[in-house]
Amino acid sequence: MDFSLEPRVQHLLHLGDNALILGQRLSEWCGHGPVLELDIAIINTALDHLGQARMLLQHAGKQLEPTWDEDKLAFFRTEKQFFNFLMLELPNGDWAKTMVRQFLFDTYNYVQYEALLESSDSGLKAIAGKAIKEIRYHVQFSAEWVIRMGDGTEESHLRAQNALEELWPYTGEFFESDGFSEHVSTERIAPLPQSLQALWKEKVSEVLLEAGLTPPELSRYRSGGRRGAHTEHMGYILADMQYLPRLHPQANW
Amino acid sequence: MNPELHLRISAVLETVSDPEIPVLSVLDLGVVREIAGDERQAEITITPTYSGCPAMDTIESDIRAALLQAGFESVSIQTILEPAWTTDWMSDRGKQKLEAYGIAPPTGNSADKRSLFGKAPEVRCPRCKSLNTNRLSAFGSTPCKALYRCEDCLEPFDSFKCI
Repeated sequence: MDFSLEPRVQHLLHLGDNALILGQRLSEWCGHGPVLELDIAIINTALDHLGQARMLLQHAGKQLEPTWDEDKLAFFRTEKQFFNFLMLELPNGDWAKTMVRQFLFDTYNYVQYEALLESSDSGLKAIAGKAIKEIRYHVQFSAEWVIRMGDGTEESHLRAQNALEELWPYTGEFFESDGFSEHVSTERIAPLPQSLQALWKEKVSEVLLEAGLTPPELSRYRSGGRRGAHTEHMGYILADMQYLPRLHPQANW
Repeated sequence: MNPELHLRISAVLETVSDPEIPVLSVLDLGVVREIAGDERQAEITITPTYSGCPAMDTIESDIRAALLQAGFESVSIQTILEPAWTTDWMSDRGKQKLEAYGIAPPTGNSADKRSLFGKAPEVRCPRCKSLNTNRLSAFGSTPCKALYRCEDCLEPFDSFKCI
């Protein structure tokens, strides 16, 4: 695959990869949820993310020459050709870490997809109209859990606070701009990442305050996902996700 | 298209049910957005309920099979995303069938913002009709349902999410 991508295609891959990698991560909870209801809940959420990934990657793949379908994009790209945020590829950890990550990212997704409802790309706009209904539901669920754990027992508070401190450095790249994001914002395809920060911070702070959790004071953040520079965890996810289709490229479900 | 042909295709679609909720036809569910074609070929436009709903692929092949069996020579099925599916499109008959089947139908209107912020409208127990019910889990056995329990008859039940 030639990876001199058009900015709008790279942007779609970025959105699709966020959904795909998080969906893949969350699906590891299947059969391991703390209770049956939560096992079902987190897997439903994973399914929503995978569904969104499918639509976004389809839309991206149609704009490549020659075209790629969503399976090929998921299974036959290498690590540096994925553009998801680093936070989404981190191991799930305990329920607190998974829920804090969901909350930080769901809130970002909510703010971002609300803006994508106005996208000049009609295909992306239609996907956003579909996805936003699911995202609203997700953020409600993860915010409830952050409050329940932060404002719960000493143990749950400690775990949620630790998760927040571990994950917070990965939120910086949500709002970083680079070549392709500036291009798509000029074309009115998507908002400029930094324009989402104030609203995200307001919504996150509101919930953290209620939960009694405090984000760390930081001057440095981790970044690189948007340009394909990943953490050491990414290779393991891809190995797990891509092994079967690469071994049996003609395999059919 | 002529009304007779429309009726003929609709009658076939009425026999195609949701694989997860067999009491609902694809028409009751509101996923069929357009019916077109002529005597020989049928063109159906559908829209997904949830973006990751695994039933959609089955629904598509079931619609195709049913129309081919009904004598159409070719069937084309197109999926559209916009406007996004909402529970408002579920037919009243579909809602009644759901309740009789033991699933609380979506209540109210999706434009009702309360449903987005946790203050869900009252859900009626499909068995004893009590309104004294509690949400056990925001997610249920399929993407479109949540899990509830009736505090009067104590039975758990699925409730269709209102989106």
